[in-house]
Amino acid sequence: MTNLDLEKVQKQANNIRKRVLEHTVKNNGGYLSQACSAAEIAAALYGGLANLAPLKAPLAPALFQGVPSKNFTEYQTGAVFHGEQTPTSDRLIISPAHYALVIYTALIESGRLREDSLDFFNKDGYNIEMIGAEHSPGFETTTGSLAQALSQAGGIALARKLKKESGKVWVFMSDGEFQEGQTWEALAAINYHDLTNVKIIVDVNRNQCDGPMDTVMTIEPLAQRIKSFGWTVDVIDGHNLSQMYQVGAKETFKPHAILAYTDPMKNIEILSERLPILHYVRFSSESEREKYREFYEAWNL
Amino acid sequence: MSSEIVSRPHVENFINWSKDKPKVLVLSADLTNSCEVGKWRDTYPERFFSMGMAEQNMVSFAAGLAREGFEPWLHTFAVFLYRRPLDQLQMSVAYPNLPVRFVGFLPGITTPGGVTHQAIDDVNVLRGVPNMTILETGDATEIESVLDVAHAIKGPVYIRMLRGEVSRLFDKSEPMQLNTARVLSEGSEITLLTSGITTEEAMRATKILRERGVEIQHLHISTLKPFEDPQVIAALHKAQKGIITMENHSVIGGLGSIVAELMAENAIGKPLIRIGLNDTYAHGASQKYLLNHYELDAMALIKKVEILCDKEFNISAEEIPSAREISVHSSAKVEAL
Repeated sequence: MTNLDLEKVQKQANNIRKRVLEHTVKNNGGYLSQACSAAEIAAALYGGLANLAPLKAPLAPALFQGVPSKNFTEYQTGAVFHGEQTPTSDRLIISPAHYALVIYTALIESGRLREDSLDFFNKDGYNIEMIGAEHSPGFETTTGSLAQALSQAGGIALARKLKKESGKVWVFMSDGEFQEGQTWEALAAINYHDLTNVKIIVDVNRNQCDGPMDTVMTIEPLAQRIKSFGWTVDVIDGHNLSQMYQVGAKETFKPHAILAYTDPMKNIEILSERLPILHYVRFSSESEREKYREFYEAWNL
Repeated sequence: MSSEIVSRPHVENFINWSKDKPKVLVLSADLTNSCEVGKWRDTYPERFFSMGMAEQNMVSFAAGLAREGFEPWLHTFAVFLYRRPLDQLQMSVAYPNLPVRFVGFLPGITTPGGVTHQAIDDVNVLRGVPNMTILETGDATEIESVLDVAHAIKGPVYIRMLRGEVSRLFDKSEPMQLNTARVLSEGSEITLLTSGITTEEAMRATKILRERGVEIQHLHISTLKPFEDPQVIAALHKAQKGIITMENHSVIGGLGSIVAELMAENAIGKPLIRIGLNDTYAHGASQKYLLNHYELDAMALIKKVEILCDKEFNISAEEIPSAREISVHSSAKVEAL
């Protein structure tokens, strides 16, 4: 990555926050702190960290076509937004489906989703839902029940290994998922079956629905725990893109976990007034909403 | 009643069947020999994956493999396929309608392993899962032929599988067919629907009941979902005195409930008696003991037929053809479970 490239991705990350803020103000609600913490991760994943084939032109959201069933087998998943799947291209599995708005805005910023798409966000009858499922833009699988994505990715990685495909399987995870037992089952299995084509990047924002993770159930020392499951672990500043690209490009002899420690109030410092609960922002009054509107209007990043 | 006893029919049959199907994989959760795929593993080591005692991960892993064009056949005890990993079964596999095969061993009271090993509500739980197909094997021929039935289905399939020493009730030339009941006897007074191991029990009773002049239409059911065989509706209409269902499962949510729904939808207003576990867990003991104790055996059926016929047949236990006894320590099983 050249400095110019890094600047471009940083600008996209800033725009992810700005777009999610705009949307949160407009709709009086949104997963805003997730945009603060994960903007660089999402921008980097769609900005070359994951090797995804480019699209000819951004795609638009569509009307919801129905759920997969024996009568509906020509089902199209959100993977189409990740470009043509080839033996050498990477897969990108989004685990925390409630980060959907962050993913949609990252898709817009990377030219994969049409600019006006958020007009259809969470609108009845459309596929660009608040909590993504595999029909939603960017969602290759259904993962919102946390911890399932890593196991699914393990299966995909094993299949790709059997098919001798060189592409990797990236999983974007949230830190809360390390409270789920299945995550540890998956970490063990991926290492046991030597699936070195798996790479995870975790938004360690240390917050969850009930509040700061330390007040709910601690997961630390996370790096040490994952290492003890046989993985190669790198700990980075989740807002430092050059570090992220450097570590992400590393070839490892073990499955690779990148723990990106982040600030869930990054660039939107007024969120601190809502502490300790940051999981979902719904304004408590019109004056609070006005404050965020003014913050948005003064946005200069 | 005489029938051939077959020892571990799944072992060789599954190996032969898999030979020309390179996309067929087996995933196992530390019950490989208990689920009769130890030799399969040794025959196709590159297609066998040990997932350890971690069923939630195994189910979601299988979803990933299926998404990439493989056909994973999960082999473990039924309880560990639908209880612990139900969320994974639903979100990772059933929602995307992926071709994962859940081969569930030890249905109902076929194990002395007790409550932790006895899958008594699996049909009830899984019937409510959209996209799921549910099959149940009742003899060696069905153990052998269920593979083709499941393989032909694009979405997920759950199989109540038998193992060890099993009877061959149906001729090898008559394989299981999806959504198609087997007509074991014709008659117009009582319509009897049985599934799994209860069919063999029922056949012990129907022979002597016919000798006492009772006309029984006996259907063996191997597809529990979907449940759309027109033969079944015709047989329900035909029953003059009533209908009996018999299943190695709770009376709630399984064959009996399915038939009750079908009767209501088709305005078939007749007495229905459901034989099964009466909303209870069971405990660990031999199959013969449990069939008798929980009133799932031939004599239990005779008593219910007497109710519908409003008549006592005075059939003694000695008159009923003896059931084959499966030793708890049969050499056809790797452990006594």
